[in-house]
Amino acid sequence: MTLVLNRIDDRLIHGQVVVGWGQPLDVKFIVLVDDAVAASEWEQELYRMGVPPGMEVRFHSAADAAPLLDGYRTEARPGILLTGDIATMCSLVEHGGVREVNVGGIHHRTGRIQHLRYVFLTPEEQEALAALARFGAVVTAQDVPAARAVPLGELLAARESA
Amino acid sequence: MSESVKRALVAGHAEFAMGMISAVEQITGRGDVLVPIQVRGLCGDDIRKVLYDAMVETGVRVIFTDLQAGSCTMAARRVLREIGDGVLVAGTNLPMLLDFALSANASAAEAAVSAAERGRASVSVHTGSPA
Repeated sequence: MTLVLNRIDDRLIHGQVVVGWGQPLDVKFIVLVDDAVAASEWEQELYRMGVPPGMEVRFHSAADAAPLLDGYRTEARPGILLTGDIATMCSLVEHGGVREVNVGGIHHRTGRIQHLRYVFLTPEEQEALAALARFGAVVTAQDVPAARAVPLGELLAARESA
Repeated sequence: MSESVKRALVAGHAEFAMGMISAVEQITGRGDVLVPIQVRGLCGDDIRKVLYDAMVETGVRVIFTDLQAGSCTMAARRVLREIGDGVLVAGTNLPMLLDFALSANASAAEAAVSAAERGRASVSVHTGSPA
């Protein structure tokens, strides 16, 4: 097994990740890449308490994570690579090895336009997602496994009202 | 519902809060001590703000959430850290909320701790066997 899901989700570790994806994929570890969380013991403890026994969480800054990903891909157990924003995932894709990106949740914030029920993007974030594809990653939006994976082109073209 | 002092927030996925509170109301008539928090479509920061504002507005210091790993639980822990006191109960079930709603304990925090024990003890498993 390897990193079975490369997910962008601004809620980081939460129910959809731990239960929705974690259980059907039998995930044993999460690589959480976020500069703020990597710098805060309190935040790390918060997220550790959110996962069930037997699921490990490893915390890295974006800069530290990139060279470690090849090692994570050789793990015998299935894991999830998780970032809280597009820019962090971009840096990992640019480094190489991340071939598929799951847009799992980017929620409402001032300046963002709603594309799907769970995806809101600024124009800069739209461009950043397009850049992920240019780097060679297959980008789809899918909040939970039972939902349809929405291709990037459809995601960017979609407009929903709250 | 009759007018009553608010004693706790209930927060969770989708319609969890409204559903649980409507059940508490139907069974006890005391659903109005609970404040439903809906967070669909919000990022973690906004959930934290919604919970914080609700606690300041209502004065309650107890939060019930649905899932230990849920974003409401994460946000609630941040709010309690910010406010400096309060009780968070994650993994809420209906027996727990019924116990809390009916509690005569003047301290909502103590009532929440007691209700959590009741909720934990209220889970049972029954398996069918051929007649």
